Amino acid sequence: MVQQIQVTGQKDTRSGFGDGIFELGKSNPNVVALTADLAGSLKLNAFIKSFPDRFIQCGIAEANMMGIAAGLTIGGKIPFTTTFANFSTGRVYDQIRQSIAYSGKNVKICASHAGLTLGEDGATHQILEDIGMMKMLPGMTVIVPCDYNQTKAATLAVAEHQGPVYLRFGRPVWPIFTNPDEKFVIGKAQYFNEGTDVSIFACGHMVWTAIEATRELEKEGIKVDLLNIHTIKPLDTPAVLQSLQKTGCAVTVEEHNVIGGLGDSIAHAASKNLPVPIEMIGTNDTFGESGKPTDLLIKYGLDKEHIIAAVKKVLKRKK
Amino acid sequence: MAELTEIASQIRRDIVRMVHGCQSGHPGGSLGCADFFTALYFKVMKHNPEFQMDGAGEDLFFLSNGHISPVFYSALARAGYFNISELATFRKINSRLQGHPTTHEHLPGIRVASGSLGQGMSVAIGAALAKKLNNDDRLVYSLHGDGELDEGQNWEAAMFAAHHKVDNLISTVDWNGQQIDGTTKEVMSLGNIRAKFEAFGWKTIETDGNDMDKLLASLDEAKSLSGKGKPVGIMMHTVMGKGVDFMENNHNWHGVAPNDEQLKSALSQLKETLGDY
Repeated sequence: MVQQIQVTGQKDTRSGFGDGIFELGKSNPNVVALTADLAGSLKLNAFIKSFPDRFIQCGIAEANMMGIAAGLTIGGKIPFTTTFANFSTGRVYDQIRQSIAYSGKNVKICASHAGLTLGEDGATHQILEDIGMMKMLPGMTVIVPCDYNQTKAATLAVAEHQGPVYLRFGRPVWPIFTNPDEKFVIGKAQYFNEGTDVSIFACGHMVWTAIEATRELEKEGIKVDLLNIHTIKPLDTPAVLQSLQKTGCAVTVEEHNVIGGLGDSIAHAASKNLPVPIEMIGTNDTFGESGKPTDLLIKYGLDKEHIIAAVKKVLKRKK
Repeated sequence: MAELTEIASQIRRDIVRMVHGCQSGHPGGSLGCADFFTALYFKVMKHNPEFQMDGAGEDLFFLSNGHISPVFYSALARAGYFNISELATFRKINSRLQGHPTTHEHLPGIRVASGSLGQGMSVAIGAALAKKLNNDDRLVYSLHGDGELDEGQNWEAAMFAAHHKVDNLISTVDWNGQQIDGTTKEVMSLGNIRAKFEAFGWKTIETDGNDMDKLLASLDEAKSLSGKGKPVGIMMHTVMGKGVDFMENNHNWHGVAPNDEQLKSALSQLKETLGDY
């Protein structure tokens, strides 16, 4: 079935967010958008033009933005904070922890430019630890959609969800391959291929890379069970275990440090329920650097070839 | 007026008894702000002890310096938000009265967690903006420690409130000149706090937070200044530990509990007016 997946266009996932929140502006009068001087980068222009009264410019003051978002929920608003992933998480961890997560506030933390694919700006901006930080917070939902369509659908879905959400997306133009009409279900893993030799669990931009790797592996006769784990928390543990039951080994793929990310969540679920060999593709306890996104992904081992190698390695370990 | 000062006296008794009861907590700032809480919860604010989180049609209060939770809890209990007997559970296991205020245990009257300093003004601004979006013309009050102003987020919030004309916000600074490690002058000079807020574009008032007449007059004035395009700041001089002679003006009582003998001495100075819990 991976052979049937078609690329229908090329767009950045952040545009999926921008188009999603514009839809929400029309359908939900309680939705409010906040930014810390990055409205253009987060594609808020259409929302701002149509709903100026529900747009709040906070200036370059992310801590204050998080607190204001928490306060807005008290009056029944659904605030969406927008800035880069680094400034959405590490910079404001304590504000999120106390004023949002511990206080149980219905804030949607929308984070663009996550990971290595931010590119030329380099390591100061390429956060690779955000999934870990956010998933450790009690009550926080963590979502990493894989393409433009899915990011748009996820944006609509999080507005319906009661409670704090971390929604992570990115900067680069990337293949669109999911169905634009598919409703996003929080916490429900998405199948892209069924197979019995090895499970691949991927999230975000890496889902497409995993699809490409799967196509090559299938040509070699290796049957891959490929799942998009777009919701890191709550993890779809039944789907993960069902896949591992079939395959008996796994490769995880993410644009994030392997410490604290998707791979860590999968390994946690497996070790408690069904211990199997697992290889992890991600950055390995390192910062990124400046460069073109695709060059960086290759240098840091987040490309098709590395996934294929990891699959072959884990298959050997299984035997 | 006599009645308000009597309520404040009872709240002060509650504070020292609560802190003594668990041998932990922050009596100094709590005692200093007892008059302010009394004024807000028994005179100034329109509020409903049948607590609703959204506070639609009500004035809202946010405590940013959450460590003075004893005065907050006592004022809420005495105002009818929950039974005063619950004050005895302060800082003990399985209590809704956590060391620092939280919504996590669903204690009526608390709208956000605070304790990690410098976050309350931002939250109060958000609540004030929601009131504007909802065409709710009631006000949002907040309280901040002076030492707490060391935290930069306050100044992000102060700048925002002026820029966005958040004129339904009345933020009060408890200007007692003390913080944990010493006086604010020694630890981190705040300079002229009032001038700083004015420079940020706020309308400001200076008052004596331990003189009920002056405090009420200032809160009235603050209300009359609201709705005019600027956030309103009240620079409130208080005496840390007010009402208990050996605690007054002494930063060592920021976060220390009295022993049995000290409790006895403190209670002898504070009239029991509404009945102890």
